[in-house]
Amino acid sequence: MSVKPPNSKSDLRLIGTNQRKIEGLAKSTGRAVYTDDLTFPGMLHGKILRSPHPHARVRAIDVSRAAALDGVHGIVTGQDMPTTYGIIPWTPDEYPLCVDRVRYIGDGVAAVAAVDEDTALRALKLIEVDYEELPAFLDPFDAASADGSTPYIHEPHKAGWNGNVTKMVHLEFGDVDGLLDGSDVVVEGEYFFEGTTHAPIEPHCAIGHWDGSSKLTVWSSTQVPHYLHRELSRVLKIEQAQVRVLQPLVGGAFGGKSEPFDLEFCVAKLAMMTGRPVKILYTREEVFYAHRGRHPFHMKYRTGATSDGKLTSVDAKILLDGGAYASFGLVTTYYSGQLLCAPYTMPAYRFDSKRVYTNKPACGPKRGHGSVQPRFAFEVQIDKLSEKVGLDPFEFRRRNFIGEHTRTVNELRITSNGFMECLEAVERASGWQEKFRKMPFGRGVGVAGSTYICGTNYPIYPNDMPQSGVQMQIDRSGRVAVFSGASEIGQGCDSVVAYIAAEELGVPLDWVRVMRGDTDFTPVDLGAYSSRVTFMLGNAAIDAAVKLRKMVQEAVGKSWEVRPNEVLLAGGWAMWAPDTSKQMPIREAFNLAEAEFGTLGSTGSYNTPKDVHGEYRGGTIGASPAYSFTAHVAEVEVDVEAGIVDVKKIWVAHDCGRALNPILVEGQMEGSAYMGFGEALMEQHVFKDADHGRAGLLDAPSLLDYRIPTSLDTPELESLIVESIDPEGPYGAKEAGEGPLHPSIPAIANAIYDAIGIRMDRLPFSPPNVWRGIKAARSRGSLVKPSRPGAP
Amino acid sequence: MPATTDIVRLIVNGDRHEVGVPTHFTLLETLRYVIGLTGSKQGCDKGDCGACTVIVDGEPTLSCLMPVWEAEGRQVTTVEGLATAAGPHALQDCFDLNGAAQCGFCTPGILCSAAVLLTRNPSPSREEIQEALSGNLCRCTGYSKIYDAVEAAGRRLLDAAEAP
Ligand code: FES
Ligand code: FES
Repeated sequence: MSVKPPNSKSDLRLIGTNQRKIEGLAKSTGRAVYTDDLTFPGMLHGKILRSPHPHARVRAIDVSRAAALDGVHGIVTGQDMPTTYGIIPWTPDEYPLCVDRVRYIGDGVAAVAAVDEDTALRALKLIEVDYEELPAFLDPFDAASADGSTPYIHEPHKAGWNGNVTKMVHLEFGDVDGLLDGSDVVVEGEYFFEGTTHAPIEPHCAIGHWDGSSKLTVWSSTQVPHYLHRELSRVLKIEQAQVRVLQPLVGGAFGGKSEPFDLEFCVAKLAMMTGRPVKILYTREEVFYAHRGRHPFHMKYRTGATSDGKLTSVDAKILLDGGAYASFGLVTTYYSGQLLCAPYTMPAYRFDSKRVYTNKPACGPKRGHGSVQPRFAFEVQIDKLSEKVGLDPFEFRRRNFIGEHTRTVNELRITSNGFMECLEAVERASGWQEKFRKMPFGRGVGVAGSTYICGTNYPIYPNDMPQSGVQMQIDRSGRVAVFSGASEIGQGCDSVVAYIAAEELGVPLDWVRVMRGDTDFTPVDLGAYSSRVTFMLGNAAIDAAVKLRKMVQEAVGKSWEVRPNEVLLAGGWAMWAPDTSKQMPIREAFNLAEAEFGTLGSTGSYNTPKDVHGEYRGGTIGASPAYSFTAHVAEVEVDVEAGIVDVKKIWVAHDCGRALNPILVEGQMEGSAYMGFGEALMEQHVFKDADHGRAGLLDAPSLLDYRIPTSLDTPELESLIVESIDPEGPYGAKEAGEGPLHPSIPAIANAIYDAIGIRMDRLPFSPPNVWRGIKAARSRGSLVKPSRPGAP
Repeated sequence: MPATTDIVRLIVNGDRHEVGVPTHFTLLETLRYVIGLTGSKQGCDKGDCGACTVIVDGEPTLSCLMPVWEAEGRQVTTVEGLATAAGPHALQDCFDLNGAAQCGFCTPGILCSAAVLLTRNPSPSREEIQEALSGNLCRCTGYSKIYDAVEAAGRRLLDAAEAP
């Protein structure tokens, strides 16, 4: 199948067409290998003992009875690995297993390796932990106002500070107060974004292997093998060169596997102790405890505009409920404000964000890290402003379009920008003009827009090395080998490097082999997060492939006595461009090159621009080589008796720069819209309070109770690809994995307003929440279809 | 004390197996960890996700909920058994062609549910596909491409049946 998107103007052959994924058939025939599919001779099974208390001191752990159990081969506790780690180098606040304090129900305290899982589970019951319970902080406002009269969750950075605060960010651009005062209209709103979790269908799994003298190997379902590699070395106190991390295929991640977890350290340590391979597979319940999901945000916005609908000033105050550990929280706190300044231009902007610890599973990055929550609030604010100034919400957004090749108020550099085309695409496809404010009471449409990064200019740990590298070899058989350290988590990055190799070197796609997922023989790629992979890995792959292509062109040109740049490589052939009947099989071309240059290999790398960011503290965070843009329209029907919102359809238009493989881009757009829909309507990360059981206990750690959408729940999704051809992206590509999630939630909220005139400012829009809103509106007499913009 | 084990006789993808398993093992554990057919996936181990779906006597079945003894003497088909020597099942090829497997972890279970559906009804409506797959969670795709793939496979099976 080879179909170019209708609007593609490129002369590329394979890039831009629908292609199979290189591991697609392996996945559909059951041959694809994930971590838990591996077993090794003599392999032991590990289990982790977890805290039953949300906050407690660990006074003593007695493992003697467990150790005496037949079939138990090794036990580790926090004392065996007393080194803190953390994905952000400035906030290492976790131990692989708790040393002296547990901070949430589910925190790991000890791990056992035994002949089988049953024996390991029996051993866990024999471990005695002496806890001294401490008062827990479950509410972020309580955590924020703590005065030290009970122990903080972590030690304060400085004496007298509140140890429950992870990070505070205050940034201000322009004359926020002055412009708000001078605005014709100001909308104030208070919003709550309930926390949600990733729920990949594959639970986390890791296997450790120690060769008995010096080499540690860890297989893991991680999406960041490079950071895992570094942290294993640091915590276990062995050289990085002694550690090898392998990443089998990953069964979904969405940010939930983007830092090291207790199981990886435990399998490694237990393998080193026992001399045998050790596997730990999380139960589904443990996946919920591991969490690192979307932070609950409490948000206040004040947004001003002129009477003709130009944004003047934005003021935000945000409290982030971080859970027990810092995780990516430092970055989340910045992202909560930094990523809001496009696609609309705003003369002044201030945000005040504070992340606090609470005694709950740690929050971290989930698809659209830190910016999905403020985007929800802000796009609803815009809907409210549009109504106040009497403009169609599409028109309001267009009037505030920031443009391309420009800077945001917080100095992020925007390059290509297809947001206007996105708006146009969803407006037309959804039949907006016939529907908005025109459908009967109970039915409505809503629109929202957004932007997202394509990776970050500055890596997580400061260094000047490339963010992504690729190695490529061709040989006399015609085969191309690509060595890629990128993390295939379902998004298709292994296929992307294969497409690029085939495009540049002119071989059929199935002559390309991608060697992947092994830190021993692939160059470093920093991992599958922040939508960086296609952009950075793609550029690295082009760099490597072009070097090889030039050698082949030169060798063939010499043999034909023509200029090298007149030699085309395509479809398994080398051809002379002025007269393509002059040709030879690509294999012969490779042979000529090998004869000319010797064994053929190249490396390619990509590094981000380091001079493009705001000159202020934090100005590097949010700086990306390019930004994607998205617009959604959602159509809903609301049952006002039951409070049930039925999302009929979501139209998603996304500016991905160039669709390297349109079918994969659509898959990301649909998966994103689906995930946002689930967060909007169904998903809720709920904890018990003291009145309803054990305070701090996760209420629903299962895929039955934590309701992710099934096929029957999911609305119809229509994806509309917009290509803006970015100057720095590989063939012009940007990201597609996270941006398209953002507008789902506000588009649905705005559609509910269009349908029945109530504002849903708190997530989720579940029947009880919607019904409460309906009840309140009824008693106010405001349960009616809102009037059309501009109508008197 | 290790669990008691016993011998169980299974017919999986047409092959007879006689294996010793702990008596509390499920069909899923036996397939994956005893027989070595790791295509069927475990996403929850408690009947919530559908990743472990296999076909038992023609019915889609959650193998994580089936004690291995209950499978004795019955025809078990896993994702590995859908392909033949002639090539992959139409569904397997169409999943690949239509980008219906992203991470692929739900795919084996979905294929088993869909294979049973198409056996009964090669041209199902979208609603019928949604119904048939409602016990299989997919966290990656939003399901759209999965529906496309099932429809395409159904058409292909019909065409093959009608071919002279
Ligand atoms: S593993 Fe059987 S339903 Fe989830
Ligand atoms: S493809 Fe990943 S869960 Fe369905």
